[in-house]
Amino acid sequence: MLVIRRDLVDEIVAHARAEHPHEACGLIAGAEGAERPERVIRMVNAAKADEEQERAHREVLLGEHGEYRGEARSSLTYYTYDPAEYLRVQREMDGRDEWAVVNYHSHTRSEAYPSVVDTELASGPASDPRIHYVIVATRSEDAEVRSYRIVDGVVAEEDISVVESYAVESYMFAHTGADDVPDNS
Amino acid sequence: MAVTVSVPTILRTHTGGEKSVEAKGATVAEVIDDLEARHPGIAARLVKDGKLHRFVNIYVDDEDIRFAGGLEAPVGENSTFTILPAVAGGAASASATTFWRAADVRTRVAGG
Repeated sequence: MLVIRRDLVDEIVAHARAEHPHEACGLIAGAEGAERPERVIRMVNAAKADEEQERAHREVLLGEHGEYRGEARSSLTYYTYDPAEYLRVQREMDGRDEWAVVNYHSHTRSEAYPSVVDTELASGPASDPRIHYVIVATRSEDAEVRSYRIVDGVVAEEDISVVESYAVESYMFAHTGADDVPDNS
Repeated sequence: MAVTVSVPTILRTHTGGEKSVEAKGATVAEVIDDLEARHPGIAARLVKDGKLHRFVNIYVDDEDIRFAGGLEAPVGENSTFTILPAVAGGAASASATTFWRAADVRTRVAGG
């Protein structure tokens, strides 16, 4: 289960809406060793870079993905971090003894469920399996926010408990329905 | 060449919890070998079939080694050496909704 403060949920939804129809991406940092999201760090979606940069990036980093060769990498359906920004943010978090509790991004034309790309990247050998992957779907006016754990290629949805503050023990569920309840929407 | 290696959170189990460790080498490959000698098990999380794992990024002095020669990229004295997981994703692959979730399978089998 992901326990998260309401203002943080509001902020990532606002970010996703502001970027629509491009995918938004970012992190929510928290104290290292704990699973409490504290501050949202919006990241630039480097897939929005100019075409030539994107082509160079794609060839080197993504060329080995045989299944993706030839596919267009548009920021409407894909996100990636800008390396310089990612390095800076990672160093900042290290300096503050923080880690990325939540990795969030948006889907602008499909449901808020991890894609093959989402799952593969999250399952990499240097990816932290403790991260909560939050996806915001912005295709309808009511943004849908769902959270997942992704470990070794296996996706497991988790409930999100939105709280007014971490000190107060009152919980409201942003998403109801456990994994064994079919979602017919 | 002595370098300072920044280690991502999940690999800190190999370094006794340290987020920054020292290592030596003239190339990325040599630094990884030295890391492995000091922190056994870490190399397997970085290299696969003699190449950098496609979902792992290494930056030497903030430059992605894939643009500088890969594992043979040179490493200078006091270079920074940063290991980070590749982060990307999105709805891109059309099969976003073709995952067979347990609930859906049960529903289909039961005819519900």
